[in-house]
Amino acid sequence: MSLLRACLQREWWVNIRRPSELINAWFFFVVVVSLFPLAIAPREETLMSMASGVLWVAALLAVLLSIESLFREDHDSGILEQLLMARHEMIFVVLAKLLVHWLLIGLPLVLVSPVLAYMLQLPPKVLPAVLYSLALGTPSLVIIGAIGAALTVGLQRGGVLLALLILPLYVPVLIFGAGAIQGAMTGDDIGGVLAILGAILALALSVGPWAIVQGLKISTGD
Amino acid sequence: MIEVQAQDLFCERDARVLFEALSFHAKSGEIWQVVGPNGAGKTTLLRILAGLFQFYEGKVYWHGVSASEASPLLFLGHKAGVREELTAQENLQWLAALHGQPQDAIPQALEAVGLRGYETVAVADMSAGQKRRVALARLWLPDTKVWILDEPFTALDVDGVTLIEQHLKTFAQQGGLVIYTSHHKVDAQCQQVRLGTFKESST
Repeated sequence: MSLLRACLQREWWVNIRRPSELINAWFFFVVVVSLFPLAIAPREETLMSMASGVLWVAALLAVLLSIESLFREDHDSGILEQLLMARHEMIFVVLAKLLVHWLLIGLPLVLVSPVLAYMLQLPPKVLPAVLYSLALGTPSLVIIGAIGAALTVGLQRGGVLLALLILPLYVPVLIFGAGAIQGAMTGDDIGGVLAILGAILALALSVGPWAIVQGLKISTGD
Repeated sequence: MIEVQAQDLFCERDARVLFEALSFHAKSGEIWQVVGPNGAGKTTLLRILAGLFQFYEGKVYWHGVSASEASPLLFLGHKAGVREELTAQENLQWLAALHGQPQDAIPQALEAVGLRGYETVAVADMSAGQKRRVALARLWLPDTKVWILDEPFTALDVDGVTLIEQHLKTFAQQGGLVIYTSHHKVDAQCQQVRLGTFKESST
């Protein structure tokens, strides 16, 4: 357990001391969403009808953008080799990385989303749906993305391959995430859709970390 | 007593045979130097021994290392294994936690490599030699029995080289096993694995 704490602490410091990548992801999310009302006529009904899609696509791409570098530095500095040498403990390191990455990338997106939803003319009654769907969906995006990042970390320019690998897996999260907001707008009960998002998260959490460990082993052992 | 036995190792990279029919038997208390020209496969051999590289033929047997033990193997690769954003102390704290080594040995280890007073300096702000010393400070953390070191003397000054040399010898005298690559011979008695001339593969 002290190892988990040491890992969390380390991840936190490593990320906080290089804030440029965090700011990149936050900035991307906010800018993409806020450009839509400017580019498309700011008519309430037009914006409202696309708001769920815009929010979710921007969140998905922001996570995708940030996830590529998740293991990059650790690979380049030889940390991954050290992880493999202590192979029993690798899962803790991966869990710590995922948790800190979500806290620093996913959570800020969730927190800022009500403001952006307001900008997209979404009615206040939809805000809980926006928050819940992003809060349940972004952790899945982080975990699924990390599987791809683990597999492509050994490649020089793995960015495109990473996107090709994980975008198909992102599609269900995107559909149900945006669907929850759509459903809330038409006044439907969104409990079912949120449950599916939760189920996807449960699946990602139970399988993802082990898949990431295997991916890292493949990428490092070459 | 820890022994490592390499039997008929064969490794090929980019259609070039790095080594074939390579066998040796190293035991606790010995220092082994892997020598050979650039590109001869020294790093690859160390990675094979450490279990980080799978694409080879032949067998590597470790005797006296049980899987349940908190990894008695210390591998120090070409890449130092320290993060530049962190300080020397934070790097070592995390590595010690990862390998199950006690935290209270860290100040002493940093002092031994001459980094006293640099505990709170980010590794990014250090010189190349000091960065290397941060990684090498791990040699002063307890509970390791085998050291696999890839070019440990790179970027070190003369004092640093002497320091590490002395430490390797002490470690071997106390029953440790050292396998390292370098063009630098630590000790007159140290054993050698020679990796040699490249051959064109028939494929």
